[in-house]
Amino acid sequence: MSQSYDRGLIEDFGRWREFSAGMWAWVFHKFTGWVLVGYLFTHIAVLSTALQSPAAYTTTIQSLESLLIVRLLEVGLLAVAVFHILNGVRLLFIDLGVGLEAQDRSFYASLILTGAIVVASVPTFLAGVFG
Amino acid sequence: MAEHYSSFQRGGVRWLIQRVTAAFLVVVLAFHFFLLHFVHHADEVTFGMSSARMQELTYFSLMVLFLVTATFHGVNGVYNALINQGLVGVQKRIVQGVLIVASALLIVQGLRTAVVWAGGVPL
Repeated sequence: MSQSYDRGLIEDFGRWREFSAGMWAWVFHKFTGWVLVGYLFTHIAVLSTALQSPAAYTTTIQSLESLLIVRLLEVGLLAVAVFHILNGVRLLFIDLGVGLEAQDRSFYASLILTGAIVVASVPTFLAGVFG
Repeated sequence: MAEHYSSFQRGGVRWLIQRVTAAFLVVVLAFHFFLLHFVHHADEVTFGMSSARMQELTYFSLMVLFLVTATFHGVNGVYNALINQGLVGVQKRIVQGVLIVASALLIVQGLRTAVVWAGGVPL
């Protein structure tokens, strides 16, 4: 079903012009994974203000949410999370042997769907920040 | 494009757990985003609202499981990415130790916060 051959090092990013769709999918999945695990640690640190006092938690969250830059970063986080989820589902199916011959098309579909979901979510994510 | 790219050695226990946690996280992460950004809005968050949700045993258990699986999935992914970059020997063991300690601290901190929100374990 699958074949193995010398694809060269994906980690050698100087070869990026030669990358196939599958290699880009690998790179994007890795990048979004690093962002998400970094965010996980940050998220728990922010939520931990609840350990100081209920008021400290509420003030911290509402102060952060009043900043445009934080809202924009949240849109970025959504983009990263949605791509990682959709590409992850694609990978789970591929691991089960489903869709092996359509991997490039399913990768492009993940990208397009991510873009559509993120654009559609922008109004919700920016609601109230301009006044 | 029948080739397969992965940082994991297929068939290993960590490979399998990475995929099992992935299947769980796909659903729970989407639910988490939807609940806290679309049903509720992030700028409306207060301690009282978070507290009310966490006092429900079902929600509390789901969030604890979410914390543990997300930590495992994320840190295991980082570890495999580093191995993929050629990490071996003493460096590999040091990184393994640092990641295990960081994961434990993250989970303990998350659990402490969850218990404060819920006002104790909601049993």
